[in-house]
Amino acid sequence: MSRALALAHRLSGIALALFLPAHFYVLSRTLQLDAFLAWTEQPAVKLAEWGLVTLLALHLAGGLRVLALEFLPWRDWHKSLAAAAAGFAVAAGLAFALGAI
Amino acid sequence: MSRRTETLLWVAQRASAAVLAVCVLAHLATIIYAVQSGLTGAEILARTRGNVAWFAFYTVFVLAVAVHAPIGLKAVLAEWLGWRGRARDFALIAFAVLLAGIGMQAVFGVFA
Amino acid sequence: MSAVLKVRVWRGGARGAYREYEVPRRESQTVLDVVTHIQRALDPTLAYRYACRVGMCGSCAMTVNGAPRWTCRTHVDKVAQDGRLSVAPLKNLPVIRDLVADMREFFDKWARAQGQFKGGRTRADDFERIAPGSEARRRADAAIECIGCGVCYAACDVVAANPGYLGPAALNRAWTLVNDARDATNAERLRAVAGDDASLACHTHLSCTERCPKALSPTAGIAGLKRAVSRAALRGEL
Repeated sequence: MSRALALAHRLSGIALALFLPAHFYVLSRTLQLDAFLAWTEQPAVKLAEWGLVTLLALHLAGGLRVLALEFLPWRDWHKSLAAAAAGFAVAAGLAFALGAI
Repeated sequence: MSRRTETLLWVAQRASAAVLAVCVLAHLATIIYAVQSGLTGAEILARTRGNVAWFAFYTVFVLAVAVHAPIGLKAVLAEWLGWRGRARDFALIAFAVLLAGIGMQAVFGVFA
Repeated sequence: MSAVLKVRVWRGGARGAYREYEVPRRESQTVLDVVTHIQRALDPTLAYRYACRVGMCGSCAMTVNGAPRWTCRTHVDKVAQDGRLSVAPLKNLPVIRDLVADMREFFDKWARAQGQFKGGRTRADDFERIAPGSEARRRADAAIECIGCGVCYAACDVVAANPGYLGPAALNRAWTLVNDARDATNAERLRAVAGDDASLACHTHLSCTERCPKALSPTAGIAGLKRAVSRAALRGEL
């Protein structure tokens, strides 16, 4: 479970690192913001947004797990953190999806 | 790179991770709230424009990202592409500058 | 339970192939029993290692159905789904022949992590007093039972991805010494376990902790090293 989460953590990190420059760029061009926001109403874009929210939640949860493992004294329940992290990401994605639909 | 530098970079990555944990939780909550309340872009901007608190928050956010992402990518490039050495380090520094640069332009974009 | 096991065994060096053997199934059979039967009754050219065959020495560690295990402690009933078994040498190490892995790099990295004790006192000095219940001694004791079998090293994804990575066993041993007040060389040891090829490279996949036959947690020890090394770097002691 930890290996799968670690891979998801890494892939989500790469995806976010590639996404952020584009995200920053769009926000910096505020004159075109309304036109851009209209474009984001498309369902394909909404799906991509959901993907990003889930990836962000996944990366956050995976990262908190790493911080816990590295900085808190070792406890046996630390092994279950991977499952907890995955659960959190699913929940966040769901919360976003329910709002967006 | 010396062991000391590698270690300090690791510390910076973990420290920025802790900062980002707070920023991302706030950001996720904001996004989910905005989507569920059906806030429009104009309404969101009306809240951020001229607001020093949002400006400070996003500045911290952007700078933490500019530290965290390149150092994180360092491990990926080394382990998955076998790219180690000075060229890789310079590429990552350039990426950090890029993130900080466009990031701050975005922060000014929603603040000004 | 089928009467016969179909066993695929790696034959050759880095280049080679799996060869299939049919081994009679027996009650309470271990994977080591199976490999031994193949070498004694079917193919005397098979090379493999074992010593104590009772789960104390770690020499019989091999890859069984994709996972590193002590073959003497692995009951066939537990791993032979539908009467099939696959046996290969330990991963992440060069293959000498068949099921025998070259352990030299494993022990070289142990040395590079400064995994050897070096005291600072002579016979003329008084003993160092170590309280068995002290925090440091408890931490060392939790990690001290390692017998250097290589299972954690074979399981580690970072070892696979980074040939320079010292690995869980070497770092675990260094951790026991960092917690040993009698050792006089911890300043150098921290330097040896700092950096991108040492403790900082661990990505907490926990494969080592999951597979260790002695239920040790190298991940916990490596986390301790990460903290110790960070403290030293921030204090300018690295």
